[in-house]
Amino acid sequence: MQYLLLIYESEAEAQAMAPAAYGEMMAGYGGFTRDLVASGKFKAGDALQPTSTATTVRVREGKTLATDGPFAETREQLGGYYLVEAGDLDDAIAIAARIPGAATGSIEIRPVMVFS
Amino acid sequence: MSPEAIAAVFRAETGRALAALVGLIGDFDLAEDALQDAFLAALRQWPRQGAPANPRAWLVGAARHKAIDRLRQRARQTSRKDHVALEQRLSAAAQAEAAPSIDTAEAIDDDMLRLVFICCHPALAPDARVALTLRAVAGLDTVAVARAFLVSEETMAQRLVRAKRKIRLAGIPFVAPPPEALSERVAAVLATLYLIFTEGYAATTGAALVRADLCGESIRLTRLLDALLPGRGDVRGLLALMLLHHARRDTRAGPQGEIVLLADQDRTLWDRDAIAEGLDLVGQALRNPGLPNPYAVQAAIAALHCQATDAAATDWRQIAGLYEVLLRLAPTPVIELNHAVAVAMTDGPARGLALLDALTARGTLAGYALLPGARADLLRRLGRTAEAAAAYARADALARLEPERRYYAGRRAELGLG
Repeated sequence: MQYLLLIYESEAEAQAMAPAAYGEMMAGYGGFTRDLVASGKFKAGDALQPTSTATTVRVREGKTLATDGPFAETREQLGGYYLVEAGDLDDAIAIAARIPGAATGSIEIRPVMVFS
Repeated sequence: MSPEAIAAVFRAETGRALAALVGLIGDFDLAEDALQDAFLAALRQWPRQGAPANPRAWLVGAARHKAIDRLRQRARQTSRKDHVALEQRLSAAAQAEAAPSIDTAEAIDDDMLRLVFICCHPALAPDARVALTLRAVAGLDTVAVARAFLVSEETMAQRLVRAKRKIRLAGIPFVAPPPEALSERVAAVLATLYLIFTEGYAATTGAALVRADLCGESIRLTRLLDALLPGRGDVRGLLALMLLHHARRDTRAGPQGEIVLLADQDRTLWDRDAIAEGLDLVGQALRNPGLPNPYAVQAAIAALHCQATDAAATDWRQIAGLYEVLLRLAPTPVIELNHAVAVAMTDGPARGLALLDALTARGTLAGYALLPGARADLLRRLGRTAEAAAAYARADALARLEPERRYYAGRRAELGLG
């Protein structure tokens, strides 16, 4: 099964990070991604620019409305994702738990819908 | 065979039969539907032909046929792509049927344990875990589970459907957790069983009979878990805790359903067999190496109450000490409240009140009737009557159960302030 692992973290905390801590975090992500690729379970993964760069689009009555910022104000923001191929939910949970962001923020696991 | 006798067999066999079927078919939903079909077939056949020698084997066998029927039906109704996958599952099910007997005690125990773990998976919401465990493992029907939790049958059926959909779509596996995750997963199972127990224990009115059943049911399931995972301090500690609380069940309410405090209960009516078993289990749980488990420590506190021949003989100093242990292991505001009450019994009401006032000031237990209730008792003992009356009134306003309200109103009236 494919699962999307959504990484939610406090942007405010991430931006306040000291350079050494930031470097350590990035090294953690590098190691995690290499291991995931080596296990054959990696499908895709990216980090996202902060929500200050986000634009939300709605189409209402044929008009496109673009507004600044994310859809909802939350304490933690979507900062990146991995798309993985996992055996089952327990496997996906084990992978998610190794994402460095799991130790400071939270990971939402969403099974990918299969259309047959 | 009477329909009642058949229903009793279903109750007794549901858990293990379903566990064996989920193990074979690998699909919780399909296994449950097929078992339901098998029950209906039994209701038609058993009254005429008599019950089979091995009802569980009969039910599992019949359910396997029903599962194949259902798979064939689905294959006819769905598109081609599904067809292939279903065919594969179908033949797997047929092969399983041809396989030699899976009815060894060990295989069934493993299946049962996996069923418990899937029903209590941490990815399911606590109320969904409770509903699934009672329905699938304990074999209660949806109507009984709904009645026990005071929700409509429709609400409970919805809750079960949502839980099973999550199991299927999220890919919650029918496997025992790996060793490194076992303790965490057992903790989720125990929390579910304790939730079932406290739901039954807290109720003193309404559907009292059904809810007393919940206590018995949770004890039965915890005993089963203890047999499946022998020698664990947490499982044994929870079983002891339940038994020692449940031993006092007949003395906790008076003839009009009024609350009878621990100090006033008729100790000759306590269930001595349950207490003896509970005491033995506490001893075993606490002898386990490593940090004591919080359930085992709570059971040790319940054990001290059960061992006191009368209220005055209660070893409050040791109870206060055990609450201090609990505050280090697993601090919660409710444990703090109980600790303060124990301290009041050993060091006097003023010391206890100081602890309760600090707890009240933090506001974490706002809305919890027992906090102003305990404060009121200590204020009364200190002769601060007007403040005690106000605290009883506050507890009365927060209490959710009718007997609780009557108790606080009664204590307030006794103060004689009018």
